[in-house]
Amino acid sequence: MALTAMDIYKLLPKTNCGDCGTPTCLAFAMQLANKNASLDDCPHASDEAKDTLASASQPPVRLIKVGAGDKEIEIGNETVMFRHEETFHHACGLAVQISDELSDEEADKEIEKINNLWFERVGEMIGVELIAIKETSRDAEQFAGVVKKVVEDSKQAPVLMSYNPEIIGKAFELVSGLAEAKPLIYAANEDNYEQMVEIAKKHDVALVAYAEGLEALADLTAKIADLDFKNIVLDSGSRDALDVLNDTTQIRRQGLKNNFRPLGYPTIAFATEDDKEEVVVKASTYVAKYAGIVVIKGDEPWQVLPLLALRQNIYTDPRVPPTIEPGVYEVGEVGPDSPVLLTTNFALTYFTVLAEVEASRIPAYILSVDTEGQSVLTAYSSENLNAEDAAKAMNSSGLKDKLNHSEIIIPGYVAVMSGSLEAESGWSVKVGPREAGGLPNYLKEYTS
Amino acid sequence: MTIERVTRKWKNSINVVTIGNDENKVQVGGETTLPFLHDEGEMPHKPVIALEVYDQVPDTWTDSLLETLGDVVKDPVEWAKKGKELGVDLISLRLTKHALEENPTSPKECAELAKAVSDATNLPLIVWGTGDKEPDNDMYPAVSQALAGQQCLFGSATEDNYKTLAATCIADGHNIISESPIDINICKQVNVLVSDMGFPLDKLVIFSANGPLGYGLEYAYSIMERTRLAALGGDKLMAMPIIANIGPEVQRAKEVKASVEEYPEWGSQKERGIGWEVATAVTYLQAGTDILTMCNPEAIKLVQEYIDGLMAAKK
Repeated sequence: MALTAMDIYKLLPKTNCGDCGTPTCLAFAMQLANKNASLDDCPHASDEAKDTLASASQPPVRLIKVGAGDKEIEIGNETVMFRHEETFHHACGLAVQISDELSDEEADKEIEKINNLWFERVGEMIGVELIAIKETSRDAEQFAGVVKKVVEDSKQAPVLMSYNPEIIGKAFELVSGLAEAKPLIYAANEDNYEQMVEIAKKHDVALVAYAEGLEALADLTAKIADLDFKNIVLDSGSRDALDVLNDTTQIRRQGLKNNFRPLGYPTIAFATEDDKEEVVVKASTYVAKYAGIVVIKGDEPWQVLPLLALRQNIYTDPRVPPTIEPGVYEVGEVGPDSPVLLTTNFALTYFTVLAEVEASRIPAYILSVDTEGQSVLTAYSSENLNAEDAAKAMNSSGLKDKLNHSEIIIPGYVAVMSGSLEAESGWSVKVGPREAGGLPNYLKEYTS
Repeated sequence: MTIERVTRKWKNSINVVTIGNDENKVQVGGETTLPFLHDEGEMPHKPVIALEVYDQVPDTWTDSLLETLGDVVKDPVEWAKKGKELGVDLISLRLTKHALEENPTSPKECAELAKAVSDATNLPLIVWGTGDKEPDNDMYPAVSQALAGQQCLFGSATEDNYKTLAATCIADGHNIISESPIDINICKQVNVLVSDMGFPLDKLVIFSANGPLGYGLEYAYSIMERTRLAALGGDKLMAMPIIANIGPEVQRAKEVKASVEEYPEWGSQKERGIGWEVATAVTYLQAGTDILTMCNPEAIKLVQEYIDGLMAAKK
């Protein structure tokens, strides 16, 4: 939570000595609050003032990185409780949990399956970024064997799940390139944290702190912070959807509203039931409500796809309309007599139209007009979609060279502009359906 | 160490809306907290599920869903009875045939169907038109009258079509869904317009024309959160329970419609349909939805269990 100038002023010597280069302490406090000055400029600042200011200038939820290179993800550094207040900044990581007791062959198959859990959606690649290897074998070499496969063969960064520091430590010894892959270690608890922190420090990787309940968890992270380690992810031990929801909410609030350091880290949540559908139910809750990493048990695309779409939705920045590059898009095997559809460059509108044109199986051109990312009706009422600009887009698109006709289909909601668009462009204008859902039927009739 | 909990206390509560009568009635709303944060306030009524029943099967629905539903879809009354079997709280009856260009059903036929569904299930009823002004306004009075006194929930009143519905529902004692196009200002405006007709605010339910997961869900999600925050913060013109259209919307999503032959990498279409409906429902529940309308029996069971889990008294 940011400090006000008055909060800061109370921490200053209030001598108005001017040694900082600003005539009064209050003026200096205002400079500090606006981040135009540094407390280092005041030679008389107390340690208390330094500590308070240093802590206030840290992000309320610490930014944590897991994985390396193109497998790296960032979580945390969130600033709001509700996405409409600003945006949720760092999409939660999605992990699939596997057992370390898989045979070589099973592990290979599993990794291949998880590698395929990447999809292109609304022009973005979305997928599972983490594989959590859960140790139940009590066998360091067995564990390291599966970890090695994940490091070498998967598209995912590893999460090393064992409470046994020897097994974790051994994995780093046995698997070359593991430290460089920047795995997440799961987990430090009350009994093992000193050793776990040592391993995490040595390899400069993030570490989950596990304790039952927020109080015990805060105790643990405070002890870990005393070891000068803050690369922490939180697990409060809750596994029931209701408890997780309450914990993740409280943890986010402790960071944002209380600036409570021991809980100022991102969280990890588990939907690792055997029931495949229940996994989707729980994980959806955690994606929507504040988890930094969601671990699921299950590798079916039908389980993962809705979670990825949900994450994409929830972490969309509400301040920026999602747009696509204006221009001509070809759908299917287009030819000179293919229909041409006009729409906006609002990504949602474009991709909805695209989906329906694809569903119709009729090859077509989509002309996306620059409407500054506004939807059809909004763009029309704000004049970002008007006959003049649309005509320019049509005639500068190069479409005319590709077509043996000059007919364009416009959205039914802007039927009113068909006359002026015909006059401006010289094209013949047909009015399409109001909703994209009507396109398959419309196009079938249009082309018959 | 002890942690000073950050809790949010609110000055206003969400209205309690009663749908149906006597022993079969369903009550929604009454929250004095954000969804499922039971330590901070009350959530006296659990969110409820309505089974979607159409007077004719929408031609856009997937075969996979139709197979799951089975033969009952041929007869709306039988379809509605399926809801009884599933243990849903209400039936969401969608009247569409009265708005057909060819051979539309008469308002009287609509009324008979609605009455038959109500009689056969004894479950509280939500009745929707198609949003086509003229046929809807012809249909509403007949259906409303046939169900007079049953405190149904009628949808929907919009910014430019609310008068007939409001007058009819006042006369017959029904509740109304006030609909706005993912716009919080219009949401409030429709509530004002309807209440200016003398319709009581505590018989209104808000519908924000939400989309399915993957297709603009985030807009309605944030509108719902904003609506709920404004309501709890004291805005009585926003303090209505919220209804979300889940099942029919989900049937529009490409990830649900596409066959496994088209997208083998997406896996089983049947399971995808369930997963998509469940994830959409769960997410809107987290934004404050009180009434979910759903299609897929498997998805309904899962969400019923989820709601029961979230409502289980903590500690």
